[in-house]
Amino acid sequence: MRAQPTHPTVEPPLLEVEHLSTAFRLGQTDALAVNHVSFEIRTGETLALVGESGSGKSVTAFSIMRLVQPPGRIVGGRILFRGRDLLALPEREMRTIRGAGISLIFQEPMSALNPVFTVGSQIAETLQVHGRVRSRRDARQRAIELLAAVSVPQPERRVDEYPHQLSGGLRQRVLIAVAIACRPALLIADEPTTALDATIQAQILELLRELKATFNLALLLITHDLGVVAETADRVAVMYAGRIVEEASVREIFRHPKHPYTQGLLASIPGGHPGSRLRAIDGGVPSLGTIPQGCAFAPRCPYRFEPCPTEVPPPYVVGVEHRARCYLQDPAYAPALSGPGRPGRHSKS
Amino acid sequence: MPLLEVRHLVKHFARSSGLFRASSVVRAVDDVSFTIEEGETFGLVGESGSGKTTTGRCILRLVEPTAGEVVFRGEDVLKFRRGRLRRARRDMQIVFQDPYSSLNPRMRVAAIVEEPLIIHRIGSRANRRARVDELFRLVGLEPSHLNRFPHEFSGGQRQRIGLARALALNPSLVVADEPVSALDVSVQAQVINLLMDLQEKLKLTYLFIAHDLRLVRHICDRVAVMYLGRIIELATASDLFAAPQHPYTRALLSAIPIPDPEVRRQRMLLDPATVNRDRPLREVAPGHWAAI
Ligand SMILES: Nc1ncnc2c1ncn2[C@@H]1O[C@H](COP(=O)(O)OP(=O)(O)OP(=O)(O)O)[C@@H](O)[C@H]1O
Ligand SMILES: Nc1ncnc2c1ncn2[C@@H]1O[C@H](COP(=O)(O)OP(=O)(O)OP(=O)(O)O)[C@@H](O)[C@H]1O
Ligand SMILES: [Mg+2]
Ligand SMILES: [Mg+2]
Repeated sequence: MRAQPTHPTVEPPLLEVEHLSTAFRLGQTDALAVNHVSFEIRTGETLALVGESGSGKSVTAFSIMRLVQPPGRIVGGRILFRGRDLLALPEREMRTIRGAGISLIFQEPMSALNPVFTVGSQIAETLQVHGRVRSRRDARQRAIELLAAVSVPQPERRVDEYPHQLSGGLRQRVLIAVAIACRPALLIADEPTTALDATIQAQILELLRELKATFNLALLLITHDLGVVAETADRVAVMYAGRIVEEASVREIFRHPKHPYTQGLLASIPGGHPGSRLRAIDGGVPSLGTIPQGCAFAPRCPYRFEPCPTEVPPPYVVGVEHRARCYLQDPAYAPALSGPGRPGRHSKS
Repeated sequence: MPLLEVRHLVKHFARSSGLFRASSVVRAVDDVSFTIEEGETFGLVGESGSGKTTTGRCILRLVEPTAGEVVFRGEDVLKFRRGRLRRARRDMQIVFQDPYSSLNPRMRVAAIVEEPLIIHRIGSRANRRARVDELFRLVGLEPSHLNRFPHEFSGGQRQRIGLARALALNPSLVVADEPVSALDVSVQAQVINLLMDLQEKLKLTYLFIAHDLRLVRHICDRVAVMYLGRIIELATASDLFAAPQHPYTRALLSAIPIPDPEVRRQRMLLDPATVNRDRPLREVAPGHWAAI
């Protein structure tokens, strides 16, 4: 169920993130956990934000919601939601956007529900905050409907239960119910299935696909699992050390990955002949404060050459709505790169 | 003779369900039997709470089983007294899931890797130092980093340190409990390659506990699927993935996301009410057992 390709001129994107930068204070200096990140999401579309641990995915999500806590702070960029810059809104207006315009499902499912309140009262609270219900009876009825919408069995009974009485999968459904209670246009789901078993993960992804279709929801899906990406996303943005290094349609990313990091991630998925060596990427993900100059991936990159360690590559346009921050894509360097070691032909074992 | 034979293993935990109520029993492992041949990689998969970790820990007697036999090289480990058990443990080691919490943060990594040698009073100080150096190289770490503390290493490197420690005593069986689950995808592949290399070099036997079925398919010779404390299917990896027999296995395999946007898998759902836990395993094809 893919979003229909929309005509770019007909409707502006639902969300436009432009050069978003978010920093954490590290000793004397600010370190950028999110570094000039730009992307857009259209109505009803799913954008997957993928990357390894520490690449800045959650900080991006928190920045969009304006929930970054000190010592972190947004230091630059614009976040346009329906054309309005969220970073310029007074906090009071931002509060109405949270929940009713954009909802976030947090990465830690255990901490996101309050253990001392019933499932129903937590859904009701969200509805009341946004003035969506007239009475408590009304709120309870809506809560039951929402639990039914996220396929919680026996919603009339579950509505009065506490979070600890629910399995991990049901708890995640309740969180989704809270998130969609006020009909947001955009749902940000930060690793919504990582803590779940494979069978439950499949059910939750199916639920997200259904909700998207029913409510015309746009989805920013944060994950490190490329299998989940392949099943759920329309477009993909790959993040590394705070930057988006490649962005394309899901088909392009899997068929014609251009950035060596994306290629490495795809190649390290177990597959191929059983027992054969897996293709690993050498080295490890840099931590904040030790992010290398130039292209942050250069020290691990089998194709690095002169310009890589000195200056950050710009996002080269490499296809239809396909960009990659890699000097290999610069036509000016093409003659110098005709030797072995071009991507696509993995020179390494 | 198989290297390891687990027979009718049972482990019950008492769980007190609140004030004034009788405590209930969790049947974490409930009559589990399997064998592992020398040099084999035997996978244990199943949903969270199905009893995989408990099975692994019972084999090493890190938790005491309620009943059953764990026969290692022909002898029942569960009958061993302390001294004999200590010697047996040299031959059976475990690598834990979490490379962050499984290493003592206040010890230098050289001491962490050396510790098992000291506990088992092996070699002189100089011998041990040389062995630690050798182990560090074996797992692909830089011996010049031996004086560092665990937090100075990345997750993948810490998992290598855990592996070096587990290999210090030259074990023949390594229980690897989700050894790469906490690692980044790109680093997982490094550690998996290392596990495969070491197996070849040192003739290791692995009990490999995992929930990443793609990984299990890649590295395991045979696989057992656990469900609510029981093994409900056991077969070679290729048979299991080609022709799963039990409805739970089918649901599990059909849930693996395919990393290809143009391929859709037909999902199979499992109604837990339809699973009869008491149905015994039977051989449905040579070497392929299923509780159906
Ligand atoms: N409160 C904080 N103080 C200091 N640094 C932080 C804080 N929160 C996040 N960071 C740093 O910002 C960077 C990005 O973190 P973020 O949580 O966004 O990563 P992520 O991509 O979501 O990773 P994961 O996949 O592990 O969830 C990391 O280097 C992290 O250490
Ligand atoms: N020390 C303990 N005390 C009480 N119950 C326990 C204990 N250890 C495990 N259990 C219970 O035994 C069952 C099996 O747990 P186990 O950790 O073996 O599962 P697992 O298959 O390894 O799961 P996971 O995939 O989540 O690691 C669970 O219901 C668990 O809650
Ligand atoms: Mg995160
Ligand atoms: Mg476990």
